[in-house]
Amino acid sequence: MNFIRTAVSEFLGLFIDDGSLALFVIILVAVITGAIKLLSLPPLAGGIALVLGCVLLLLESLVRAVRKKS
Amino acid sequence: MTSMTTILSTVTASFLGSFVEVVEAFTIILAVGLSRSWRPAFIGTGLALLLLAALVLIFGPLLGLIPIQVLQYTVGVLLILFGIRWLRKAILRSSGYIALHDEEKAFAAETNSLKQQAADKRADFLAGLAAFKAVLLEGVEVVFIVIAVGAGPGMLGYASLGAAAACLVVIVLGLAIHKPLSHVPENTLKFVVGLLLTSFGIFWTGEGLGANWPGADLVILAILALLAVVAFIAIRVLRGSNAALSKANQP
Repeated sequence: MNFIRTAVSEFLGLFIDDGSLALFVIILVAVITGAIKLLSLPPLAGGIALVLGCVLLLLESLVRAVRKKS
Repeated sequence: MTSMTTILSTVTASFLGSFVEVVEAFTIILAVGLSRSWRPAFIGTGLALLLLAALVLIFGPLLGLIPIQVLQYTVGVLLILFGIRWLRKAILRSSGYIALHDEEKAFAAETNSLKQQAADKRADFLAGLAAFKAVLLEGVEVVFIVIAVGAGPGMLGYASLGAAAACLVVIVLGLAIHKPLSHVPENTLKFVVGLLLTSFGIFWTGEGLGANWPGADLVILAILALLAVVAFIAIRVLRGSNAALSKANQP
């Protein structure tokens, strides 16, 4: 049981280190998906928004990590 | 479109990502083999590889049943999460905000824990279990990397080739030097793999959403270049702020 718990947490750990970063990425993807499917945003514009959004979220996560350390 | 660039970037991403994981598993197998004996190390490794093969054989064919766009979208999002996590950590490590991963330390910690269990009646079983856990957990990561970077049509074979080459290189290096592979520049590898996997992830998610990327697969290189520039600037800025912080904290 303990091993299964470790395996599951290790597997989740593959994708989640900074929980907020993971959550923001999922929200970003959900918002872009919604905008494409419901608001007729051109898919390529959605792709470009995804690139820029990921860059911004990475920078935000780095700033947060540095602030925590200082 | 399957261009040489796509094949090369798929093989490279799979090779480098798998290489880092196999080095970590190798460190534990070596610790078990040298501090206890090779029998539990090989039994644990063999059983984990059998279980991994069974999981791939059971779940692998199911992937073929998922529509390609859904698969690309799902794998893309998972790849972004996986890659951006590695990239963030590698940037923080490069700029000195978190400590570098050290295979020598990991080897010493595992050896220490095995020595403490040496008097236990189940010492061989526990040593085998340590090897089993390491190979299974790192192996699952390798399988994920192969499936994820090989999500494009006809790319799974190339991704598998990259992972197999990584296993082979680690085994050959390991047999040759018989020590933890501590000289492998793990953070640099993780930095490059983080860049590659995040780029693949953004590309696949976009494809899953129906984006017709300009230049098709070649856009992966453009995304990679943008992320690399941002990451290098971030490292430069953070190194400066870390140095200033260390100076301010000096008595």
